[in-house]
Amino acid sequence: MNLKTEQILTTDGVPLSISLKKAERKNKIKAFLLVAPLLLFLLITYISPIGEMFTRSIDDRMITNMLPKTFKAMENWDGQELPPEEVYASFLSDYKVLVENKTQGKLGQRLNKEKNGFNSILKKLKRKMKKFEDGNYKEQIISVHKRFADVTYWQAMKRTAPPYTIGKYLKAVDMYEDQNGDIVQVEEKRRVYKTLWIRTLEVAFFVTIFCFFMGYPIAHLLATIPVKYSNLLMICVLLPFWTSLLVRTASWMILLQQQGLVNDFIVMIGLVGDENRPQMMYNKVGTYVAMTQILLPFMVLPLYSVMKTVSPSMMRAGKSLGGTPFVSFWKIYFPLTISGVGAGSLLVFILAVGYYITPELVGGASGTLISNNIAYHMKQTLDWSFASAMGLMLLFGVLAIYWLYNKLVGVDNIKLG
Amino acid sequence: MSKNPEFVKFDKVDKSYDGKVLVVKDLQLDIAEGEFITMLGPSGSGKTTCLMMLAGFETPTHGEILLDGNIISNIPPHKRGIGMVFQNYALFPHMTVYENLAFPLRVRKIQKDEIDKKVDKALSMVSLNGFESRMPAQLSGGQQQRVAVARALVFDPAVVLMDEPLGALDKNLRESMQYEIKHIHESIGVTVVYVTHDQSEALTMSNRIAVFNNGKVQQLSNPSELYEKPANSFVAEFIGENNTFNGEVVDIDKDKCKVKLVNSEILANPISIKSKGEKTTVSLRPERALINPTDKMDNMFTGKIEEVIYHGDHTRVRLNLLGSSEFILKVPNSSSNLDLKVSQDINIGWNSADARALDPK
Repeated sequence: MNLKTEQILTTDGVPLSISLKKAERKNKIKAFLLVAPLLLFLLITYISPIGEMFTRSIDDRMITNMLPKTFKAMENWDGQELPPEEVYASFLSDYKVLVENKTQGKLGQRLNKEKNGFNSILKKLKRKMKKFEDGNYKEQIISVHKRFADVTYWQAMKRTAPPYTIGKYLKAVDMYEDQNGDIVQVEEKRRVYKTLWIRTLEVAFFVTIFCFFMGYPIAHLLATIPVKYSNLLMICVLLPFWTSLLVRTASWMILLQQQGLVNDFIVMIGLVGDENRPQMMYNKVGTYVAMTQILLPFMVLPLYSVMKTVSPSMMRAGKSLGGTPFVSFWKIYFPLTISGVGAGSLLVFILAVGYYITPELVGGASGTLISNNIAYHMKQTLDWSFASAMGLMLLFGVLAIYWLYNKLVGVDNIKLG
Repeated sequence: MSKNPEFVKFDKVDKSYDGKVLVVKDLQLDIAEGEFITMLGPSGSGKTTCLMMLAGFETPTHGEILLDGNIISNIPPHKRGIGMVFQNYALFPHMTVYENLAFPLRVRKIQKDEIDKKVDKALSMVSLNGFESRMPAQLSGGQQQRVAVARALVFDPAVVLMDEPLGALDKNLRESMQYEIKHIHESIGVTVVYVTHDQSEALTMSNRIAVFNNGKVQQLSNPSELYEKPANSFVAEFIGENNTFNGEVVDIDKDKCKVKLVNSEILANPISIKSKGEKTTVSLRPERALINPTDKMDNMFTGKIEEVIYHGDHTRVRLNLLGSSEFILKVPNSSSNLDLKVSQDINIGWNSADARALDPK
């Protein structure tokens, strides 16, 4: 056979593929123009903030710009012994510029984060350096404070030289770079974030499980009862959607608090005594209950739309062939709804991982999640780069879950309605 | 081997869904072992409901259903051992053909090699060997249909129910599947209860046909009797084509009666009329009326051709006869009678034995 496939030409001699492209071009432009506003909107409000967050989370250029000469001089220093005279001289000249611009305080803070005790010796240096003579700066600086003769301080300064750092990411998983540049865990009692991540995943996981077990029967009922009842039931499922999230969470607070309706009720029926009413709010229980209720529709709707497509004759066929109702359900009905289960679970899990308001209001100390911590760093400590790092980790975590799901179930099988 | 003539028995079965309307009324039906019986009727006549009650998906409101002498009303569907072919096949889309066929055997805890043998046998019965690993979606409609039939038979059920199984197929495929199902039935001798609204399907396949209307069996007989000797005007109307004359009986004899139409009289065969003065509908099959008959016939009239419709193997002629312009004649296409023209007058004759005087419509 001829290996070179012959080019197909249209009647006027133009290759078919070119002719086709030409014919399609107008439609393509039209389609692009139709989506252009959305594309632009997404670019401005979604893609660029993510980009901004990313640069912010790894940005360490402030100190790089403050000590340009020092870092240049440090390039020739091996980092083992005390740095040579050249480094001391460049540092002093950089520092003089900072003092003139009155930005030396920021440098102190930044270096203090890297190594404790930096700030005080820099302040002392600022006072003493006015009397410095030209030449032999190394000796003069060391005479200000003996820590300037400690090589670990200079090593700490050198570590801040690269314009980018992954320090914030390490911090978010309770790790840091030690003096030798090794990545190590922080001491056990100061580990905060790991617990928070694990708790976030745990809450999201269990909320998904709860939603599944509560949503599956509802969805099945919705898909099988006559339309006149299913419409009413559907409204009941959707009603929470039409109520403000804040209102729903607040009503859970009314129900779950220690003097709340649920507690009153179980005291009334004598399940517990009045003096030991259980704590159902400001802990994980509250977070679980409220989040499950709020996220339930996201499980029910995809399940419903899939179950709607499963013909009732499937179960009948299973039974008529001799399968017990359970076997028919488990071997036939359930596998046919698995794409809905996947879609619903993915949706609920992803929403739960990033949930903020509900854990904030009913979670208390033991029920808050990573997103609450991100908000805390955005609003209270103003460590935006740390908040950005955590936010991005959350984003990529979700993308990883999505990727995994795609590998296991296949995104094409998702049916959302 | 003696066959049980009451293998499946509907004993005075009533069924109502809403407590107001009876969908099935006082159904009395015996089905013999190894019989191919068809429930035929227009939609909403209760035939599918009967099938669902037999399968166990609906419970009779009143009366009993017996299978081989045992009352089955309280046995759940999965313990009845009745195979079923569904309207839309209901093949399990997430299982291969093999798994679909193995399902009823697996739930019966049959050994693996036994399953293989049975599946292989069932597939060869519908000539689908080699399709074991296909998914249902990879099969054509006809192939899916055959898999559904094989699946309903693979566990050797005593009775197989088929609920309009050929409804979704095109005409040619439907016809060939009709023969195929009929041959399978003949070769394995299973009892088949078949539901359809397609009369030609029923006539082709069945040993006996039960014609349903308004929840009642109108007539239960074999195909030729059903066609040749309809018991009432509904059956006459529903099965095949039919010319009708409405009139009043003016004279009645043992096997002949005189029916007065608007301005003429015809002779007919009294079937469901007893006495003079009764209203009646006379039914005559189009192929029983002849043009210019050479034999002596006791009904001879002249009609005017209103329309000639060419149908390939035969020509259909619509006549204005005895005050009605809906009289249909079926003329086989042989070279002798191709000169039929509209508004031509022709002589028509038929025997009174073929004109059945039935209940009035």
